[in-house]
Amino acid sequence: MNKPLRRIAMFCGLLILALLVRTNYLQYVRADELNANEHNRRVEIERYAHERGNIIVDGEPITGSVETTDGDFKYKRVWKDGPMWAPVTGYSSQAFDSSQLENLEDGILTGNSDQLFFDRTLSMFTGEKKTGGNIVTTLDGAAQKAAFEGLGDKKGAVAALDPQTGAILALASTPSYDPSVFAGNSFKDSDARQKLLKDEDKPMLNRALRETYPPGSTFKVVTAAAALENGLYTDIDADTESPLPWQLPQSTNLLQNEGDIPCENASLREALRWSCNTVFGKMSDDLGNDKMIEQADKFGFNKEVFTPVRADASIYPKDNRPQNAMAGIGQASNRATPLQMAMVASAIANDGKLMQPYMVAQRQAPNLDVIYTHEKEQLSEPLSGENAQKLQQMMETVVKDGTGKNAQIDGVTVGGKTGTAQHGLNNSEKPYAWFISYAKTDSGSPVAVAVVVEDGNANRDDISGGGLAAPIAKSVMKAVLDGKK
Amino acid sequence: MSVVTNTTTIGAIDAPSRRNTELALVAFAVLISVFAYANVGLALNGELPAGMLGYGLGLALLGGVAHLAVRRFAPYADPLLLPLATLLNGLGLAFIWRLDQSERFQALETFAPAASKQLIFSAVGVALMVGVLIALKDHRILQRYTYISMMVALILLILPMFFPAVNGAKIWINIPGVGTIQPGEFAKIVIAVFFAGYLMVKRDALALASRRFMGIYLPRGRDLGPILMVWAFSILILVFETDLGSSLLFFGMFVVMLYVATERTSWIVFGLLMSGAGAVGVASFEPHVQDRVTAWLDPFAGWGKIPASEQMAKSLMAFGSGGTLGTGLGQGNSDLIGFAANSDFILATVGEELGLAGMMGVLLVYGLIVERGVRTALAARDPFGKLLAIGLSGSFAIQVFVVAGGVMGLIPLTGMTMPFLAQGGSSVIANWALVGILIRISDTARRPAPAPAPSPDAEMTQVVRP
Repeated sequence: MNKPLRRIAMFCGLLILALLVRTNYLQYVRADELNANEHNRRVEIERYAHERGNIIVDGEPITGSVETTDGDFKYKRVWKDGPMWAPVTGYSSQAFDSSQLENLEDGILTGNSDQLFFDRTLSMFTGEKKTGGNIVTTLDGAAQKAAFEGLGDKKGAVAALDPQTGAILALASTPSYDPSVFAGNSFKDSDARQKLLKDEDKPMLNRALRETYPPGSTFKVVTAAAALENGLYTDIDADTESPLPWQLPQSTNLLQNEGDIPCENASLREALRWSCNTVFGKMSDDLGNDKMIEQADKFGFNKEVFTPVRADASIYPKDNRPQNAMAGIGQASNRATPLQMAMVASAIANDGKLMQPYMVAQRQAPNLDVIYTHEKEQLSEPLSGENAQKLQQMMETVVKDGTGKNAQIDGVTVGGKTGTAQHGLNNSEKPYAWFISYAKTDSGSPVAVAVVVEDGNANRDDISGGGLAAPIAKSVMKAVLDGKK
Repeated sequence: MSVVTNTTTIGAIDAPSRRNTELALVAFAVLISVFAYANVGLALNGELPAGMLGYGLGLALLGGVAHLAVRRFAPYADPLLLPLATLLNGLGLAFIWRLDQSERFQALETFAPAASKQLIFSAVGVALMVGVLIALKDHRILQRYTYISMMVALILLILPMFFPAVNGAKIWINIPGVGTIQPGEFAKIVIAVFFAGYLMVKRDALALASRRFMGIYLPRGRDLGPILMVWAFSILILVFETDLGSSLLFFGMFVVMLYVATERTSWIVFGLLMSGAGAVGVASFEPHVQDRVTAWLDPFAGWGKIPASEQMAKSLMAFGSGGTLGTGLGQGNSDLIGFAANSDFILATVGEELGLAGMMGVLLVYGLIVERGVRTALAARDPFGKLLAIGLSGSFAIQVFVVAGGVMGLIPLTGMTMPFLAQGGSSVIANWALVGILIRISDTARRPAPAPAPSPDAEMTQVVRP
């Protein structure tokens, strides 16, 4: 009986061997795949087991981590001045994932990024507690505060840039939300999020980057840039051939101006000062759709912008003649994000050079070693320096004695353009108030800003770029200028 | 000069009993388990757990008593069986205690700490083992109970049919005041006794009366009867109790013993064919079994839809997260598996917290137990002892393979428990009894042959010098 016994012994050995092979296969070969499985809750648990790194503004963190006692997750994200910073940081929730910077820079913030590999390996040996790295932003706390408080309880958005570098200085959107209310994993968090999602005012919408508005008259600076660049006009003080009234091409409709303003054959400077629809409508028609698109594209239209947070593409579309004429004054199917209009203002302020907008200045390892520094980068050159300076003169006239007087700052050169964009079927809804501007000092322009206010509650007659939006732009520019002193 | 010489070849010199080796190994096993407790406590709370001393002393007491019983009643027994069982039982207690500390478990309504109960069950198991050693002076006594064993086994296997199914399988009986027991665990031993007794008598008829056909020996129709009966029986268990594990275990054990008894490979061929046919046949209409096969083929496909699939997937992820060295005791998340993490799926905790290294260690400990059992069968001098030892160690091996293979996704999950490691009274008690019987057989096998009776010729044969 011993021969079959030996065979059975071998058989039993094979059974154990099969198990050994299987456990090697599972725990060695397939370990990474299993650990990365979407259903593996350990990933989430590990993710919240350490303090998340911070997002930093002016050297101070605007985020933090608190320890929680219930559930699997040890740490929860909190924000300082959540509603004010939400359009910059986005949210990071245990239950509902994350967005914007919190999402894009997750690797650094959790400390899991490959960029931190060396750092991590080192702390494995030193036994340091694992923490995340930091994201240093370009934002200016005072400017952000001015923008957020300027918007107040009105619906709208502000985007401010440093024209010389492309650094984003302010990015506000109202009404806003506090990401802290649903950072956790409880039913309370879920309810709070549902409430935000159902809110008709869409507080979670980042209006500065993700909402496109008809830019209204602020777009006239782009039309003027196209006219100068294409040689349609060269002298900003020479008369243009602009009849009043002006009939839209292929149409019986007459293009109207707002009020009784001196627009017949007005020079570029005067036309921008008074915001003449007839002059710029005809200019856009004279240039044609292709040239208008080309100029808009140079300013960044028709393309998403990554700051690194994605901003929706602003649209200057292919269109027929009457529509193209309307788009030239910022109406019809022309749409722009506040960031886009801030880019337009900053390109003009920076003598024609458009810098790539960005908001991450540095990434820091948990031990504060800098592992990435943003190098400023030119995106395009929408207009020549000479033409840019002509446009600057025009915009400065608008603020000095035109529709943008509300943006004047004592002792500082300010250029700007107002806009009142109609929208809704047959302009049935209340228009959006726009203002784009820049301030200039001896060492060039430190700030360009775009403000849009979509205030459904204001009396229609009160809505104008100069009245509603310009004071906000002024306070943002002032905050930046004060910070430079 | 006259010399008295012993002309027999077997010496009467005492073989080394290895009892001191056994004692040292048992002490080592207890020590490892106590370290495991300390490890869990330090990882979870940063301090040595309060219960460590209690569990350590309890385990040391069990190991000590068992050792003394072996020393007294089975002095020549295999010195590895007891320490290996003690090690697994001790580690099992540490793992169960570790899972008791899980906040996720404590949040469940059905939560009840299991470690202290398991210690009591272990004590009952060791007591039963000692009882076996004392009462069973010679394993051959069991031969007398061949047909009684058959009756007992039948009753044990049929009983659960009259009790409601728990979690889809009818393998429990509920005795008020005592709790639920799994008769299948005990039936395993009783059936081995029956098979050993039956096959010892019938082996010649089964082995020799066969016709040669296409190179293999075909058994006669009437000799096929018993194997058909067992096959039908295991299918019945599968159908009525939806217990894939037990039917596989009994059928596998029978084929192994039949093969050893008859030395005919043809029995294995038949056995494999029939078990395959039976399993496929039942799987085609039994939803409980179908679920498990689906869960085995693609565990992640059933996520959120089929609980069995999800549990399987969670088990695989637990193994994966352990990686090569494991997360460390108390630092894993194997409790995410939820229900059955401390019974069927306890191996996932081993995999996650001790890693690949720990898994290989534990599997090799099981392998050693099995191979010491087979060694005992080889050494046994009587066919009944050989058959019983191979039946018990074979069933042990199959159970380990079926359970471990199940939780690791090698084969479909069947719902048995890891011997000694998993939480569960019936299992730990029955397996201690099993080890007790193996120790008894090994003692008989290794016992030095009695000194030869003085040969009457010895005196007569003298060298006569002229």
